[in-house]
Amino acid sequence: MAKAAQSAPTVAPGVSHALSNDRLLSMYRVMVLARAIDERCLSLQRQGRIGFYVPASGQEAAQIGCAAALRDEDWIFPAYREIGIALWRKVPFRALMDQFIGNSTDRVKGRQMPNHYSFRDHNFVSASSPIGTQITQAVGAAMAIQRRHVPQVTATFFGDGATSSNDFHAGMNFAGVYRTPTIFFCQNNQWAISLPRNRQTHSATLAQKAEAYGFSGVVVDGTDVHAVYDAVATARERALAGEGPTLIEAQVYRFGPHSTSDDPHRYRSDADVAEWKRKDPILRLREELRTSGALSDETESQLQEAVKREISESIEAAEGAPALDPMTLFDDTFAQRTPRLEEERAEFQRLLREGVIRP
Amino acid sequence: MSEMTLVQAVNRGLFEAMKQDPDVLVLGEDVGVDGGVFRATDGLIKEYGAERVIDTPLSETGIIGTAVGMALYGLKPVAEIQFLDFIYPAFDQIVSELAKFRFRSGGQYPCHVVIRAPYGGGIKGGVYHSQSTEAYFCHTAGLKVAIPSTPADAKGLLLTAIHDEDPVMFFEPKRIYRTATGEVPDGDYRVPFGQARTVREGEHLSIFAYGAMIPPASEAAAALAKDGISAEVIDLRTLVPLDEAAAVASVEKTGRAVVVHEAARFCGFGAELSAILAEKAFYSLKAPILRVTGYDTPFPYALENVYLPNAARIEAAARAVMQEG
Repeated sequence: MAKAAQSAPTVAPGVSHALSNDRLLSMYRVMVLARAIDERCLSLQRQGRIGFYVPASGQEAAQIGCAAALRDEDWIFPAYREIGIALWRKVPFRALMDQFIGNSTDRVKGRQMPNHYSFRDHNFVSASSPIGTQITQAVGAAMAIQRRHVPQVTATFFGDGATSSNDFHAGMNFAGVYRTPTIFFCQNNQWAISLPRNRQTHSATLAQKAEAYGFSGVVVDGTDVHAVYDAVATARERALAGEGPTLIEAQVYRFGPHSTSDDPHRYRSDADVAEWKRKDPILRLREELRTSGALSDETESQLQEAVKREISESIEAAEGAPALDPMTLFDDTFAQRTPRLEEERAEFQRLLREGVIRP
Repeated sequence: MSEMTLVQAVNRGLFEAMKQDPDVLVLGEDVGVDGGVFRATDGLIKEYGAERVIDTPLSETGIIGTAVGMALYGLKPVAEIQFLDFIYPAFDQIVSELAKFRFRSGGQYPCHVVIRAPYGGGIKGGVYHSQSTEAYFCHTAGLKVAIPSTPADAKGLLLTAIHDEDPVMFFEPKRIYRTATGEVPDGDYRVPFGQARTVREGEHLSIFAYGAMIPPASEAAAALAKDGISAEVIDLRTLVPLDEAAAVASVEKTGRAVVVHEAARFCGFGAELSAILAEKAFYSLKAPILRVTGYDTPFPYALENVYLPNAARIEAAARAVMQEG
């Protein structure tokens, strides 16, 4: 088991922001949905029905605990592993599935690989593949929020690997200098593809890096929704009170591969995974809800059934949607097509008509 | 109308844009209290305050990354990179993020940032204060690229850039920041993108140039005129979008073309323009297109005068294309 660093500068206690059973149940439901989507999509990828997939299993408590502590008006600057955040924001799985396929109803018009979705209606900004680039952007948007004097924060999501990126350091530095209302939410899932956390940085914790930039960093158990919720709620309150940014290191474990193109057996042992799976965030919350009497066998089976149904219906609908119109290729490079793009578009249209290129 | 230098016109353009729209803000290294190392942002902080004229830490990645975030939120940031040579830490933000945001989000997130950067040689700046690497940005879909050569265009193109809906790379020819002077219209003066300017009309050959290469191109044309050779000088003004129609029309008229830029030749902008002319005006050409450019070496310090294209080299190339056909 990759040992969590012990010398955290501060540790969120996870008690000051209590969650009601109703709220916990709705969080649990989204966690179960996220996990079930992961399992289903890994199999869809193996069947060749989607081209690629980035699983987030093991990180559900971190993501949904965080998302629940934010408000809808807060801007999310995601990496590509933030399915729990999108689902908590009520992005329907159908919309994600459309993006995984790249069909005519895909909100990003088939422009990106699976998992790189974007939903402006949900203040869920676009993910890209380069690591860490969203971090400085979240700080910039927070500077804009300061300029507009509105009660909002930006939250940016990244992994342990991204703490080595240029944008992490630039973003943390700018956030410290301008005391921006930004939450840096690091899901330390212990692995950046094949590189373990202890080879990523010699720092005892990732959270302690905040200290060098003049603000606070906290380590939380990312398998505990209470701890995560409390840390994010506290960070949000501080940000709105003008007390600046917070770095939160949520310690989790990536149960699955980095992506469907990755074989984790090359770099880590099954024993390591099994050890962490004992702390499976979904089992943990399920146990708690059953003990408190909030989750009966009946509720559990209804919930599982509803999740399965939603997933199957969404896949069916997304697979049944018309294919993307190839002519959309020439939209959105610029607000208006340049004469050159008009010319290329006309040529493309002719080649399609003549059957030289086929969608 | 007021007489001013090119860098003063940039400054006037920034004042005008900030006056017009409270969402316009300026950020970069030393742009506030210092007024910019070339004084392009002089006085802005006094008028508009530190909230809109932001002195940033020394990180190009940070400047452009935060500018992208501001633009996504709805502000209109004008970021200054102190020298184009220093833009590379921000290359990822520009190429992977800024240029692609609108496209990759399916049109949900336009990202309108103007990036100003002084570029080019001739100021004894050596390898790291002299380069002309506009081609990198022209090659990236989603970026517009504007390069003024006169004070009026500096203000007019800058205001168009700031009011555009797409990201604009605005490269300022620092060599002629203070030597290029001229009348500049007051107020909201805008020069549209994608419209080349005919600096001088001619019949026998077309010289295409932009930025700091316009003065030597004009000088060459004047020298050629003494020998009865009538050269048309075209200032491209914006490389993206490019006024292909004007370039093609000029060559259809003259039948000969010389393309001039400071940047290294191989895969430089001249290669693109030459290819376009070959594709669209081949049957009008009476001679091969010649390029007069920097050499395919890094930019030199002591030898910059012989590295950079000058009027004599442009004139020699013009005479060479005149000898054929």
